[in-house]
Amino acid sequence: MHLALDGEQLDKIYDTLKSTLIDIGVETAMLLDTAGNVITTVDDGVDRHDIYSLAALAAANFSAMRSMVKIAGEEEFSLLFHKGQKENIYLSSVSDDFLLFIIFNNDMTLGLLRLKVAKVIGDLIGILVVDSSQ
Amino acid sequence: MAFINLKDKLIQAKIVYYGPGKCGKTTNLEYVYNKCRTQINSKMVTIKTQGDRTLFFDFFPFDIGKIEGYDVKIQLYTVPGQVKYNSTRRLVLKGVDGIVFVADSAENRRNANVASINNLQENLTLYKKNIFEIPLVLQYNKRDLAKQGIPVLNISTLEKDLNKDLRVPSFEASAVEGDNVIMTLKKIISVTMASLEKELK
Ligand SMILES: Nc1nc2c(ncn2[C@@H]2O[C@H](COP(=O)(O)OP(=O)(O)O)[C@@H](O)[C@H]2O)c(=O)[nH]1
Ligand SMILES: [Mg+2]
Repeated sequence: MHLALDGEQLDKIYDTLKSTLIDIGVETAMLLDTAGNVITTVDDGVDRHDIYSLAALAAANFSAMRSMVKIAGEEEFSLLFHKGQKENIYLSSVSDDFLLFIIFNNDMTLGLLRLKVAKVIGDLIGILVVDSSQ
Repeated sequence: MAFINLKDKLIQAKIVYYGPGKCGKTTNLEYVYNKCRTQINSKMVTIKTQGDRTLFFDFFPFDIGKIEGYDVKIQLYTVPGQVKYNSTRRLVLKGVDGIVFVADSAENRRNANVASINNLQENLTLYKKNIFEIPLVLQYNKRDLAKQGIPVLNISTLEKDLNKDLRVPSFEASAVEGDNVIMTLKKIISVTMASLEKELK
């Protein structure tokens, strides 16, 4: 019932978050599980945020939204997005058990971010699926 | 679902305070937060109503130091106790590793305690978890009420109502006075960690 990830997997997760998201200008990228545990977090060198609080709120918010969507009669739910004055938040499902949380500013376009997120999610599924098949 | 980081030797586990509305779950967390500041590197997150009732949860991460070479971080949560908030209460239980069930010792809360523990059992089954298997500790809170002349339930009554079949560790406590708050937490942490170790082997 527990999730254990080894160094190789965690390094791969770090690398894809770093090279695909942080290196193009994302401020904070975090992989978390739906219980609110922080798996891996990468930032642009400026440590601005209380990541454990963010993870708890992100997991809760996502699952609350998913429940609402279900009540409304929709089956699919995969994304929450907040457009702010300066900072934007993007929260996407990776698989049933994992979420990807991103903070980025207005120097980046949403279109570019979406493309990069799609790539990262593909990478993450590849890395995490190896684990469940063991 | 605890998360174990084998690379940096970190463990994160989730402990949830459950119980009927106003039994003292938030007060428990506030006491721990104020007493153990050196082990908490976050602000306490609370999502509550205007009237100070928990709407979704209270939360902070608690560093308990090293166990078997692993740095252990406990994610402490409370649920909203009010009956009408069952949908959000369920969400907080997602991935729970250990539970403190806080019962209200006030005589007029007897039925509310029983209803809440039954509700816990039911909500756990949604996540395919069993109340008889999950690490669980009971806390009989508000024992101090007796001093104010307010009728409280006997411990034997509380044990019979809530712990007859479960047979888990239980503590008499007063969250406002801080009595046994830390003891309760220490116990659930040790039971949770023991269960985790067993599963890891
Ligand atoms: N007398 C007494 N009152 C308590 C105790 N613990 C909590 N309370 C009071 O009970 C009320 C509800 O407490 P709260 O922690 O918000 O309950 P929650 O709904 O379970 O989170 C508050 O007025 C608390 O001050 C206790 O040990 N003794
Ligand atoms: Mg509360």
